[in-house]
Parts: sequence; C-alpha cells; structure tokens
Amino acid sequence: MRQEKNNIFAGIDWILVFFYLILVGFGWLNILAASQSEESINVLDFNTKYGKQLLWILFCFPIIILILFFNSKFYERFASVFYLIAILSLILIFPLGKEINGARAWYNFGSMSLQPAEFVKALTALAIAKLLSDRQYNLSLVKNQIKAFTIIFLPAILIVLQPDPGSALIYLAFFLVLNREGLTLNYIIFGVASITIFILTIFLGTYTMFVWLFSIITIIVLYLIYKGGKRLLRFSWHKILITYVGLGLFIYGTGFVYENVFKQHHRDRFEVLLGLKVDNKDIGYNSYQSELTISSGGFTGKGFLNGDITKGDFVPEQHTDYIFSTVGEEWGFLGSSLVIILFMLMIARIIYLSETHANKFGRIYGYGVASILFFHVTVNIGMVIGLLPTVGIPLPFFSYGGSSLWGFTILLFIFIRLDAHKTYDW
Amino acid sequence: MQKSFLLYFLISIVGLFFIGRLFQLQIVKGIDFDPVHNAAVKIDYDYPERGYVYDRNGRLLVANQLSYDVMVQPNQVKSLDTLELCKLLKIDKEDFINRFKKAENYATYLPSVFLKQLAKDDFAFLQEKLHKFNGFYIQKRVIRDYPMNAAANVLGYIGEVNEEKARTNNDYEQGELEGKEGVEREYENILRGRKGKKYYNRNRFNKVTGSYKNGQMDTLPESGKDLTLTIDIELQMYAQQLMNGKRGGIVAIEPSTGEILALVTSPSYDPNMLVGRDRSKNSIILMDPKNPEKPTYDRALLAAYPPGSPFKMMNALVALQENAINTETSFRCYGGYRYGGKATDFMRCHCGIYDSPIALKTAIARSCNSYFSNTYKKIIEKKRKASESLDIWNKHVTSFGLGSYLGYDLPSGSPGLIPDGAYYDSRYKYRWSASTTISNAIGQGEILTTPIQLANFTAAIANKGFFYTPHIVKKIARKPINNPNYTIKKQTTIRTEYFEPLIEAMHEVFKSGTGRWSQVKGIEICGKTGTSENFIRINGYKQQLPDHSILVAFAPKENPKIALAVFVENGGYGATIAAPITSLMIEKYLNGYISEENKLRETNMLNLSLQDIYNYYRPKNREVASRKE
Repeated sequence: MRQEKNNIFAGIDWILVFFYLILVGFGWLNILAASQSEESINVLDFNTKYGKQLLWILFCFPIIILILFFNSKFYERFASVFYLIAILSLILIFPLGKEINGARAWYNFGSMSLQPAEFVKALTALAIAKLLSDRQYNLSLVKNQIKAFTIIFLPAILIVLQPDPGSALIYLAFFLVLNREGLTLNYIIFGVASITIFILTIFLGTYTMFVWLFSIITIIVLYLIYKGGKRLLRFSWHKILITYVGLGLFIYGTGFVYENVFKQHHRDRFEVLLGLKVDNKDIGYNSYQSELTISSGGFTGKGFLNGDITKGDFVPEQHTDYIFSTVGEEWGFLGSSLVIILFMLMIARIIYLSETHANKFGRIYGYGVASILFFHVTVNIGMVIGLLPTVGIPLPFFSYGGSSLWGFTILLFIFIRLDAHKTYDW
Repeated sequence: MQKSFLLYFLISIVGLFFIGRLFQLQIVKGIDFDPVHNAAVKIDYDYPERGYVYDRNGRLLVANQLSYDVMVQPNQVKSLDTLELCKLLKIDKEDFINRFKKAENYATYLPSVFLKQLAKDDFAFLQEKLHKFNGFYIQKRVIRDYPMNAAANVLGYIGEVNEEKARTNNDYEQGELEGKEGVEREYENILRGRKGKKYYNRNRFNKVTGSYKNGQMDTLPESGKDLTLTIDIELQMYAQQLMNGKRGGIVAIEPSTGEILALVTSPSYDPNMLVGRDRSKNSIILMDPKNPEKPTYDRALLAAYPPGSPFKMMNALVALQENAINTETSFRCYGGYRYGGKATDFMRCHCGIYDSPIALKTAIARSCNSYFSNTYKKIIEKKRKASESLDIWNKHVTSFGLGSYLGYDLPSGSPGLIPDGAYYDSRYKYRWSASTTISNAIGQGEILTTPIQLANFTAAIANKGFFYTPHIVKKIARKPINNPNYTIKKQTTIRTEYFEPLIEAMHEVFKSGTGRWSQVKGIEICGKTGTSENFIRINGYKQQLPDHSILVAFAPKENPKIALAVFVENGGYGATIAAPITSLMIEKYLNGYISEENKLRETNMLNLSLQDIYNYYRPKNREVASRKE
C-alpha cells in the first residue's frame, strides 16, 4: 500500500469540482435575479435573500475542507454512527423543532434554521453503502432486502411524519442503487407499473380502465393459449386468475383511495396536470405562471436581471423550488438546456467515477449520490416545466436555502473524498 | 449489459424529455404564449353597457345606472393605516379584517370586491384619498335600473357570478355580474356584450410601464345588444293590478305569432328591490322558502294546476278526431254521471239541463260534466285495451304542447303532467278502465297544466289547429328574431274542421253560458270557464281548499288578436273571478280603455282580495309565525 499524501487536495476530481462551482455560482446569479427587490444591488447586504445565500456559499468552503480533511476510511468506519445521529435528529425534531408552513422540519438556531432532512440523505447513502459493501451481503436474500429497505424507509417515514412527503419521495432513489447492487428489477418495474396504472385509472376512469386492461390481458392470454408450446405450461391458471383479481382490486383500490384518502388539493393537482381540469387562476396558478415565465424567455432569454415576470414576483417560491423558471426567462432555451445538460453530465460523471472504484463502499456511495441528484433534478425541473405534479423539493446547488446547499455539498464532497482515495485501495 | 446502463439510460431519457419540453415551451409557444394569464401583464377591463330591454311598443323596461365598488388585490397591500381606511369606508375594524380575509382566501394575486356599491357622495371623497392605500382601488360598474315596477318575473335580475364560475370561465372575473333569472339569464350572452381589454406591462411594484405590445391585443368593449320583448307593458301592468291580493298566473299570447303579450304571476315584487345596497337584505326576504307568498316563484310558468273544465275542449277535439262522437251526438245528463256501482261513485253536474239530451255546443257552453264523461268513455273504449286508447289520446293532447316544457325562451318551467297508458298500467297494475280515470274527462285527476301551456292551448284553438311556440323576445338589436323554433308553425294532430264547432261553442259560453256575465259590448269573446278542485295536506290530513278559478279565452272570434289563460288560486268559480279579469284584459288590450259600463267590474276586481282565504288555509307552522316577528 502506498503512503497517502498529506495534501488534502491530492487526487481530487477537478471536473466534478468545476461542475459544482459552475452550478452554485450560476444558481446564485439566478437567486439574485429572483430576489432582488430594490433598484440597487448590494451583495453584502445580508438581509436580502441573495446576500444570505452568498454567506452560505462562502460557508461551504470550510465545510468542504473539513470533509476533505478526514480520511476516507473514516466515513466507512463511522457510517453507522452517522446514520444513528441522522435518525436521532429526525426524531428529536418532533419535540424540539420549529414549525414552518405547517411542517415541523426545522431546528432553530437564533436567526437561522437548519433542516435536518437535507443532511440525512447523505448519511443514509453512507449507511446503505456500508451495509451493501459487506462481503457476506447478498441482496437476493429477502432477509437482506428487508434490512436495506429498513435503512431507506426509516428516515423517509420520519420525514413523512413532519409532514414533508416531497422530501421523503427522494428516498425512492435508493432503489436505483439497490438495483445496481443486484436487487431484481422487478421491484422497480412493479412500482413503475403501479404508478402508470394509477395515473391511467384516474385519467380514464375506473370503468374504462377495467375494460381496456382486461381485454388486453385476455387477448394476450388467448394468444398464448393459441400458440401453445411448452412454455405456456408454466402459465398456470391460478397465476392468470391472480393477475385478474389483483389488477381488479388495484384499479378499484385506486378509485377508492383517490376519492376517499386523497384530499381535494391533491386531487386538484393531479387533475390539473392531467389536463382533466383547466385552471389557470387557482391551484394551477403556480405551474401555469412558471410555464409562462419559462416560455417568455424564448430562445436566448431576456438577459440577466431583465426578466420582467421574475421581477414582478409573480411565480410563488421562485427563489427556492421554482428557481429554474428564472433560468428559463432570463437565459432562454440556451441557458436552461445548458443547465439540464450540466446536471446530467455531472451525474453521468459521478456514475462513471463510481464504476472505477475497486472498493465496493465507494462505488455504492457514488451511486447513492448520483441517484439522489438525479431524482432531485428530475422531480424539481419536471414540476417547474409542468411535466410532473407539484412536489416541493429544491433544485440541487441552485435553490435558495442553507440547509439544502450544505446538504448537497456534503453529499457531493464525501464522494469526491472517497474518490480521491480510490487509488490507495489497491 | 453493463450494470450502470439503467442509470445512464434514465439520465439521457429525462434530459432529452426536458430539453424537448423546453423547446416546446420556449420556441414553439414562445413569448406570445397566452399573455392573458401572464401576471406581468395587467389587464384593464372596460365594461360595456348591458343591453337595454324594451316592451313591444318601445317603452323602456330595463336601463342601466352606475355604481362604484371598492376592490382589493391582497398581495399588493402594503402596510397601511387601517383605522383611517375604515373611517373612509365607513366600516368598523372587525368588518375590515373579515372582508380582507375573504379576499385573501379567494386569491391573494387576484382582485376581489372589497365593498360593494358605494353611495355616490362617498365615491367622490374616496377617489381622492384612495391612492394612498396600495392595493385598493375603485371599480366602476354598471348595474340595472328599472323605470317601471312591472314584470319582475319576466325580466329576472342580475347578480354576481359565483366563485366557481369566476374561476373557470374566462368571460367572468370575481365580482362581475351576470343574469340570474328571466330574460337576463336566458339572453345573458346578448345583453352582456363583450368587455374591452387593455393590456399593460407592469413591473413588480405594480406600476404600469407601458402598453403591452403597443396595444396590438387591446380590444374595444362591445356594447350589449338591446332586446325588444313581446310583452305589452300596459297590459302586463294592468293584469298585475287586477291580480292584486290574489295568487295565480295569467298568460296572454298573440295567436298569430306566439308572442307572449303578458306573463303575470301574483304576488310579485318590484324589480328595483334587487338592485343596490339593499339587495341582499331584500333577496333574503323574497327568496325565503318559508314565505308562503313565494314572490319569486313564477306561477305563470311553474305552477302546475289541474286545468278543470277548459280541458273538456281538449277531450271534445280528440273525440271528434277519433270519430268517437260527432257534433250531433247527444247524451242525457241526469244531474251527474254514475261511473261505478257504489253510491259514492257519482260525479255531480251543475249544467242544469236535465230534461233533454245535450249536444256538443250546449255541453261546452254549460260545462256539462256528464256529457264529457260519456265522451271520454267513448274515447277510451274505442280500442280493445284502455291503455292503447289512452296512448292515442295522449298523442293528441301532447301535440298541443301540454305535458312538456314547450320550449319558450325563459329559463324556468314545469312540464305539468299528461298521463299515458304506461302511467296507469304501473299505477293500477293493468287493472283500470275509462271509469277509473274518469276525472280526466273534466280536467281533474292526474292532469296538471301550467298557465302558459293552457294559454298556448287556447291560441292553438284560436288558430284552428296550429300554434307558434310562445316566446318573449321579439327583436334582438332591433332586428326581428329568426329562430326557427319561434317562426315556424307547429301543427296539432286535430284537423281544422273540428275546431269550428268548438269555437262556436266557446262563443256561446260568453253569450249564454257560464261566461255571460262578463261580456264586453262590441267584442266577440270565445272562452271557457273552469273550476278546479285542489287539496293540500295540513298536519297530515288531506283537506279540500276552495277551488281555483280558471278561464281560457281568445278574442275577437274572427282573426283573434289575443288568447289568454287566467288562473286565480282558490278564487272559486271560474265565472266569478277569472272571467271578469279576462274580459277586462281583453277590453283593455283591444280597445285600449275600459268603457263606462264596465267600470264597476274593474273596480270590483281591483279591490277584490283573497288574502283572508289564504291566511285561513295557511299551514299553521310555528316556525313561520315566530320568524315573522
């Protein structure tokens, strides 16, 4: 084993750091545009949103140095401890936390507050990496699957209880990690199929859905019977029957859950998105304004600080969850496509680097980082451009807010630390 | 396959999808995508004048007046001196907070009405001061003005659109007005016109920075179109006066066109009650479901009464058409008609001709129950099965528009009821005959008709077999209507020749029959009186009320100008109240004045009040009694 160098920057993937700096910097410019309220701009005025964000960006550097300071073995060894601390922080929030906008998701420290859920993501990724990297661990065993699910869903459930279901949704990203490590694809297929049927049922109505799905399945079954052959023998009658009954129950269950468990505002969001209900004034307002804002940017955009819809403060939450609409307006198709490409390249780079790890821990953690970023970017931008329902989660590195920025910085730089160390793992 | 394939694949797909969507939004739709809902574009509305409404002789019925509302857009409200504003608006602080909360709940980024219909003096004063209060402004609005206290049921009223409609319908914003009843509702799109829109760019401080796209998209307001009604307001008002103190409905139709000359319900209300600041107070009183007078209930269109004797003419027509009788067929009246074996199965008759057989003409003139029971029996026993015959009967009756909504251009109505074979088959389990349903012979029993249906029926008789669907609007923007529904005649299933003897008989009614006390010199009135039995349930017991007084008539006999149906609830015999009212209306309409010899009749009718009867039979309901205090 080679001796590790004392220089904490040795072996760092500067490409990732470059992506990080670009995104954070560009994000800040957009926060400046979205939150500038006076005619003059004073970046050092810490009462403004952009001033505060600048402060938090500056704070990122000591955090990064601290992360890089520790040996990568440190993260592997203490992963379980970190995870326990994370869970504890989510539990303690119920007695100690502060309620903002109806969710008890914040710890209050004087003039600033921290949202632990933003940090727990990284710590959960560490814990999953630790669990899966064990040599004895075999994901095809149901017992082991349950262990992994527990680690993933424990923080998710605690976050749902806050209640902040949007942030909890992100934990589904870990299924991509598990899949990479050998979990059968069936879980994901099953999940995607359920969601598809769910949405189609709402869209088409229970009855139509029944008729269609059952005729399609019947045609397939009849075709298989007609074709005959040995393979068909594996298609036993009770399996067919179970498929029918299961689908029937699921479709009826969907109708029932949709009508009785969902609240009206959930239904409204779905219906507006699916185009079942036209509503540009009320609940559809956020998405509609955000789409309008983006459209108005055109090909090249209106230019930095020239977005008049952004200035007009017409898109709610534009500096946080809807920050991407500012990009759309001021930087146009060119700028917003570039941001999407940057994000996707960055995620691809992380996957690429992960695959070069000889150490399972590093690879799995890298996959966790990539999956989390991917989910965040997809859900957030999908919402802002009106492709996905409204789910309040931030855009990584872009959105205003210290917790989210620091959370993603920690997430990313732990990976960069592990990655820098990979050459010593031989 | 590489294990990282799935994630790479997803990243590429999602990236492509997103860029595709951005392409769609920013390049395909681009900058011009829907400026209407763009919050950085401010829209100023220029409200057009709502169309005026005139009567058939060009007299103004509905005009406009200005009113001023204080509006608020909550997200633009900055810190303000609440106390001062309260003082200006003359409301207390609690009220202020409530109103503000309501506006916020509706939508913080949309304007809503804060205070409705300011007094004119307040407005002038406020306009000077209001600029100090960000987010508050004054909106000019046009409200209705009714120069004449008449025909409230026909004109209807306008009111604020409900929140749901304001949100989903792009033609309306919260606080705007739309027609809620009557002509205002039916012809909303014509009366409303189109509001003008001016688009402005605005910055985040809500300052207008200039015209949006140089005003290319601005539209001018388009005035609402005027309506000319078929109503003769003189006749309408006269009829309303005659109905003073009585409940019921009158409908008068011009047979040659189907135009409604008068559509009266009583009691009614002053249309000005539903305008201005007292509107909500008044509307609570008017629309109180416990108010037994139901002033907003249009009895002329909605009240389905048993038609009584006028319906005998319908049976006569069906019988003639189906050859069940001819004009010479006679029946003997024994002071009544025995339709069953029991002593009580006897329908009494008051025709008074018990010595010789009666033919059609006399039977109608004297309203002989026995004659029409025999006739009805003949109709129903024509076919082997009673239900088949009744279906034929039903076909003829409904061809006059009875038992249906008729299709006139007012938003309320009732189909009434004309039974058919299936109706009795299910009610009596197939065991029924002419005798079971004998009440139909004299327009009692299950049959229900509204005054407008009966007036239309009379018009069809006056026209000898056809009618035009009754309608209330004569001209739109001074051009005669061309809706084929109202300009093409509808043929009944009875042949023209069968109407002649019937009209002769109706003429006889006013010459020597039940209507002879209500003649008008120089005018040949043809009509038929009616008296319909009715019951209500009081505390669970079925109780008979005084009969409804009914009359249908048209005049003059040749070339009829007016056909009408008069219902007076609990007015007794048709001859005592409905007949004089009818003859007065006919005289007024055809001559334009009431002659000296009929003045006494006029005074009697104007002063006659049935209020005592209504009070006596009013359901004794403690809650109503206590609420009146």
